Amino acid sequence: MSERQLLEVSGLSISAGERTLVSDLSFSMATGERIGLIGESGSGKSLTATALLGLLPEELSVSGTGRLHGFEHNLLTAPERAMAPLRGDEISMVFQEPLSALNPLMKIGAQVAEVLLIHRTLGTRAAARARAIELLASVQIPDPAQAANAYPHQLSGGQRQRVMIAMALANDPQLLLCDEPTTALDVTVQSQVLELISEQVTARGTGLLFITHDLAVVARMCTRVLVLNQGRIVEQGEIDTVFSAPNHPYTRALLAASDMSATDERGRLFTVATAGNYQPPALRAAAPEPVVAIPNPRPFAASFSTESSPTPTHRAIAPLITASNLSRSYHRARTSLLGPRPVVHALANIDFTVVPGERVGIVGESGSGKSTLLRILAGLDTPTGGDAVVAGTSIAGAREADLSALRSELQIIFQDPLGSLDPRMRVADIVAEPLLVPGQSLDAAARRATVLKMLNSVGLEPDSANRYPHQFSGGQRQRISIARALVNRPRILVADEPVSALDVSVRAQVLNLIADLVDEYALTLLLVSHDLSVIRHLCQRVIVMKDGRIVEAGDTEQIYINPAHPYTARLIASSLDLSEELARAH
Amino acid sequence: MLLRLGSNLARFVLSLCVATIAVFAMMRVLPGDPAVIAAGENASPQIVASLAHQFGTDRPLVVQYWDWFSGLWRGDFGISYVTRTDISPLVADKVQVSLILVTLAMALALAIAIPAGTIAAVRHNKPSGTLISALSQLGIAIPGFLLGIVLVSFFALRLGWLPANGWVAPVEGFSSFLSRLVLPVMALAGVQSAILVRYVRSAVLGIMHEDYLRTARAKGLSPLRALAKHGLRNAAIPVLTVTSVQFSALIIGAVVIERVFVIPGLGSMLLAAVGNRDLLTVQSVVMVLVAITLIVNLLVDMLYTILDPRIRAA
Repeated sequence: MSERQLLEVSGLSISAGERTLVSDLSFSMATGERIGLIGESGSGKSLTATALLGLLPEELSVSGTGRLHGFEHNLLTAPERAMAPLRGDEISMVFQEPLSALNPLMKIGAQVAEVLLIHRTLGTRAAARARAIELLASVQIPDPAQAANAYPHQLSGGQRQRVMIAMALANDPQLLLCDEPTTALDVTVQSQVLELISEQVTARGTGLLFITHDLAVVARMCTRVLVLNQGRIVEQGEIDTVFSAPNHPYTRALLAASDMSATDERGRLFTVATAGNYQPPALRAAAPEPVVAIPNPRPFAASFSTESSPTPTHRAIAPLITASNLSRSYHRARTSLLGPRPVVHALANIDFTVVPGERVGIVGESGSGKSTLLRILAGLDTPTGGDAVVAGTSIAGAREADLSALRSELQIIFQDPLGSLDPRMRVADIVAEPLLVPGQSLDAAARRATVLKMLNSVGLEPDSANRYPHQFSGGQRQRISIARALVNRPRILVADEPVSALDVSVRAQVLNLIADLVDEYALTLLLVSHDLSVIRHLCQRVIVMKDGRIVEAGDTEQIYINPAHPYTARLIASSLDLSEELARAH
Repeated sequence: MLLRLGSNLARFVLSLCVATIAVFAMMRVLPGDPAVIAAGENASPQIVASLAHQFGTDRPLVVQYWDWFSGLWRGDFGISYVTRTDISPLVADKVQVSLILVTLAMALALAIAIPAGTIAAVRHNKPSGTLISALSQLGIAIPGFLLGIVLVSFFALRLGWLPANGWVAPVEGFSSFLSRLVLPVMALAGVQSAILVRYVRSAVLGIMHEDYLRTARAKGLSPLRALAKHGLRNAAIPVLTVTSVQFSALIIGAVVIERVFVIPGLGSMLLAAVGNRDLLTVQSVVMVLVAITLIVNLLVDMLYTILDPRIRAA
């Protein structure tokens, strides 16, 4: 191994019994190099990183060699005795979910200090604690001395991930493994955390192996990329080369599917199937200003008049959804015997209208109140102030019996397609359930026919009717949810983060399906997402929420190009876009 | 923190008050007027009436309840209808005996179950782990009194190492107090530890798959040190819940063991009082058992608060 070489992996294979999970993976990393490992769920990314750390579950077997500069053993087969001193000292890892990755019962400072004490970097508890506070300061945690005394649940998600980073870098490792470190974070926080990782590894000359499914993130963070598909590296090389002239069809498909600003001639996103016609962004984005360089991202403009501002349209057509002065507040547990219980305003004086046929996006970060708003509109929660009128039904003060009309007019698709489908019901019964509400007069045969027709329109085979949800992939499950939502022909479709739990390649397919069905059934769409690009692709109007209030609302494209509120501007600036990232790198 | 302590205490006092009403009402619903029972068969109505007047059972229920309730706070349970003696000192004696027995049994059960359950979890796919799980299954199936009889016939009758039964108060002779405790405590703890091993095992198994344990390994801790430093305190929370439930069950379960070993505890007192139709004594003993259960729950709630900062904040 040469002096500049940090890591040399060759022939890495991981298998569970007969099944091969990662096969014959080889790559090398120079000192201080930043390599991205991309691929979809199940492609073996996390297994690869875990194997390098020697922490694979016992039931998996591993073969191949992994050489780290200055370490005499093979990383993949070294005994625990040799690996333990290496972990947290020469190789560190930052995990995806910072809340569960930190011990909930131990103070932050002690958790950071621990890694210094284990490796005897510092001899005394007091010295380790003082250094821990310095480290917390270096990852820009406000008031680090106080944070050291806090427990993980008392910090925000972004701060917790900063703590994980401080812990991982405490002993100046040669190699930092990051496994989707920002996937669980809000957009604005994501960009800060990525910035922090970048700064820290650059300053220390740490080698970075960055695992992600997000191509824009990898374009920002890394110089080289390994594309993993079903346990094999299908392509590797410099980011610029791979992303602008992909050799392997899978890379091209991944690029096409994650590029939300590129659409085919029908205005639909590219999928794995249609990726052949896709032009990688680097070839398209020749113009100097990236924002302008994005091709028309409003595929529905033709079918909808959005030239005039939405207000006159609203006057002309009676709104389908009206929220007036809508509020929802919760009481928190008492913190003092005297004085009132603290009140949390999940929604505060929300006003908006949606006319029939409109596609409205609601964007905001966690805690902005967007899910509360959806629940109220769907009649699953009651407002504490104001009212919402949805398809003629007033929500405030309504009892369950009053909401039956609403239930047939409005249907929801939820974020997690597995959690929201009853695991013990067959798909046919799940999809048929909305047809069983009082007032529907279909007999069993007619219901069956309706269900099969619906399954067909969401692109599922007829034989899937007799199967159970767990027998489907994530994208197929979301198709089942969509079929269930649309089977009794509602006028309003509400989608709560419908693609955030899905892989990139599937995401495009599901978004296209929603777009097709919204057109076909003339639906009014209310789409909640934290991802601006999803909303920008599907919705002509957007509502931006923060802390339970609407900070800005209007035409999606206008707001995107010219945000009026600083929060919106920050949101747009923080969300990573593949073509912008590539343009930035040049 | 103080707020939580306050609200826990308030809930405890409230539960205690509600329990007095429930216990009192239950005793009134049971058939058998104490005065009729005390007077004996063929007694004249005058005698019954005078006894009822003497017991105070001819007064309105509310007055009777208040009388009993206000006495409770002073530690006065009243006078037995049957033996005509003060109930309180008797109960105080028996409570001590039962609490010593049950607390020691629970301590022993935990001392066995925590290491055994942890080993069963850590070595869950190895023979030793499976053996512990199998032994615990077997232990649950053996009733405590049977274990008690087996212990007596072996250690007391065959080997003659320990007395077969009886009770000596610690002040009367500490060594004979201890020697008489060993077998009943073992009999009670045997089944308890078998039950607790299962809970400790599943709690530790759950913890072993937690992300923060993986983080601890990634920091460079060995598997066992990671578990000891980051796992056990987290696993303690569900085990504590089960322990508190089991403690209440154990106090009631001790009734049978007290019979087997002829120990004058609350259980023996309760059985005797039921047999004699001594309603007020039954009522007092049941009240004491309820109060002990509530106190254990209060203590466990406070322990949660100490163990888990997330509860502290809420």
